[in-house]
Amino acid sequence: MSAITLPRRETYLNANYGILSWLLTTDHKRIAVMYLVSITLMFILGGAAATMMRIELFTPASDLVDAATYNKLFTMHGIIMVFFFLVPVIPAILGNFLLPLMIGARDLAFPRLNLLSWYIYLLGAGVTLWALISGGVDTGWTFYTPYSTATPTEVITATIGVFIVGFSSILTGLNFIVTTHKLRAPGLTWFRLPIFVWSLYATSLIFVLATPVLAITLILVAVERLFHIGIFDPTLGGDPLLYQHLFWFYSHPAVYIMILPSMGVVSEIIAAFAHTRLFGYKFVAFASIAIAVLGFLVWGHHMFVSGMSLHAALMFSILSYMVAIPSAIKVFNWTATLYKGSISYDTPMLYALGFIGLFTIGGLTGLYLAALAVDVHVTDTYFVVAHFHYIMVGGAIMGYFGGLHYWWPKITGRMYSEKWGRVAAILIFIGFNATFFPQFILGFEGMPRRYAAYPPEYQFLNILSSLGAVLLGVGYILPALYLLPSLWFGKAAGANPWNATGLEWTTASPPPPNNFDKIPIVTTGPYQYPGKKETIG
Amino acid sequence: MAESAAHLDMQFENTAQQHDTRIFGMWVFLATELMLFGGMFTIYTVYRAFYPNAFAEGSRHLDLTLGSINTAVLIVSSLFMALAVHTARTSARRLPLALCLSATVGLGILFLGIKGYEYYLHYLNGEVPVLNWTYAGAQAGQVQLFFWLYFAMTGVHALHLFIGIGLVSLLTLLALLGRYKPDSYTPVEMTGLYWHFVDIIWIFLLPLLYLIAK
Repeated sequence: MSAITLPRRETYLNANYGILSWLLTTDHKRIAVMYLVSITLMFILGGAAATMMRIELFTPASDLVDAATYNKLFTMHGIIMVFFFLVPVIPAILGNFLLPLMIGARDLAFPRLNLLSWYIYLLGAGVTLWALISGGVDTGWTFYTPYSTATPTEVITATIGVFIVGFSSILTGLNFIVTTHKLRAPGLTWFRLPIFVWSLYATSLIFVLATPVLAITLILVAVERLFHIGIFDPTLGGDPLLYQHLFWFYSHPAVYIMILPSMGVVSEIIAAFAHTRLFGYKFVAFASIAIAVLGFLVWGHHMFVSGMSLHAALMFSILSYMVAIPSAIKVFNWTATLYKGSISYDTPMLYALGFIGLFTIGGLTGLYLAALAVDVHVTDTYFVVAHFHYIMVGGAIMGYFGGLHYWWPKITGRMYSEKWGRVAAILIFIGFNATFFPQFILGFEGMPRRYAAYPPEYQFLNILSSLGAVLLGVGYILPALYLLPSLWFGKAAGANPWNATGLEWTTASPPPPNNFDKIPIVTTGPYQYPGKKETIG
Repeated sequence: MAESAAHLDMQFENTAQQHDTRIFGMWVFLATELMLFGGMFTIYTVYRAFYPNAFAEGSRHLDLTLGSINTAVLIVSSLFMALAVHTARTSARRLPLALCLSATVGLGILFLGIKGYEYYLHYLNGEVPVLNWTYAGAQAGQVQLFFWLYFAMTGVHALHLFIGIGLVSLLTLLALLGRYKPDSYTPVEMTGLYWHFVDIIWIFLLPLLYLIAK
């Protein structure tokens, strides 16, 4: 048994035992843990594909894998990482675990739908993996027509898998929206909600409104392949641009699905480890909603070179610039929160600070891409690859790891090794920059994405990138090596190891099955920390 | 859905909160449904703007009489659904509720029957892409695109109606067993919202598909 024995107290982990008590549970906390396991497995698979790609790109020639296999590798990496890791990771794991705890509820509004969403996720993952293993897909994660209706690879199975997993997102989003509206504890008004709840709410809006469009679009691609009916294929009378419009109508907002929850996590961590009230609470809250709304209006910036009218391109360009406003509001409010705060550099804080830096670089390079002329120059180069990895990996994954460390004591009741936590955080930060910063330069020098071979003059920067990926890989493996042992050997965390505010810290760690012995009554806003060393003038 | 609303789940404080939460959940679900159909409406709009003559030609091959009868059938079914919700909310008597619900089911099945007959006529006329397509007039490819969208949109609508018929049949059975009373009729109201949504989708499909050539 455990090295340190805790006094026996009923928690969601020990309330009952046996595999069925997990597989049939409706407890949001257990479902979150099951999501944690399954999403981590998908992350490993997606990471394995990326590893193969980085090894291949070590040399200019296409020697480890041939071009066709390379196409399948980056498609596998993209599909798994986008649809099965980045989109669900924070909402389905941290959101599932924390939303009811943060709003003082005993569970989500629809616990059985929540369990169903996990099974749908598994089914979608199974179908997609089957497609990737049985023959692979070489279209890229975007399934662009007309290639996706012509290629001999397993497009139908893969699109059906992504279609299925979409419903898992929809159910999660529906559950979160209804829960936030209807199950808040007495006294917990909208402006007393933690920012993480606001960002989950904004994310859920996108889940619910954008995912169905992707679902119907992918089904139509599958049908077109099956029956040769021209919906998107120009040789059959269809319009491939229409596919791109419909695809990005989901997939651009999906970027905000990935980044918004991370922003929420970072807001919580920064307030907790600067030990001060979050600066500009209402601005940060509304910035989440503004990003979600604007995110629906900018999809065209993925299609500047696809052949759209100049007027449409100008509008999409201007709207894309506007996303920078709420994003910058967040960054400035986080830094203003840090100003004269009593900052402690625990592991979650290192991730949060890393997030601010990397997200800022990713966001600013996004502005280059929103500019029509620059975009024409760097479209489909490594500049774009570097840009979106700074947002998705530098942003979303840093936020996820920060949140996982921040709430790990709450989820498991145990503390992890702080020393190794910091080592991993710093390693990931350095490794990430070493991997992806060279890609900005590669892209600007004209190296196109999605090729297994490249001219020799790009080799130096590619070697740098691949070596950085080694560091990054070690950084990702480390948490498994100290988080898992902490389950047995970590010291007991207590209800509130970080001295943080928020209802989730008022209940025991790990929480009892029904979350709160008594539903709390909320009388104050969030982030009631002691305050600044001295007030800002 | 399956359990009686009189039972209070642990995450709720009282049955009123439970009722409101579930109804709100159904509204959010209908918003996602609207976006699902929205994708198809968008595709329809784009191609109709591209090929207005072919779409008008395709529309002339649809049977407006059958479409109109079906519209009437569906609207009356919605009336019975609304009466069912009203009955469940105001009285504990089983029979009136079960009658309203079974009338809804019957009209839903009638709609699907007429729709199926229409599909059959299209099949006989060689107007079904893939299965039997013999149309050889002007712009045959674009007319086929119209027919393909016609079958996709009415097909997804029919699928929703089929699910609705299943749900209302289940409600009928449970109503006869006395599950629904004025303090516990949430499933009836939720299914009612869904039914009306499916009805409204048809109200948009009718002019877009049947009336554009008139």
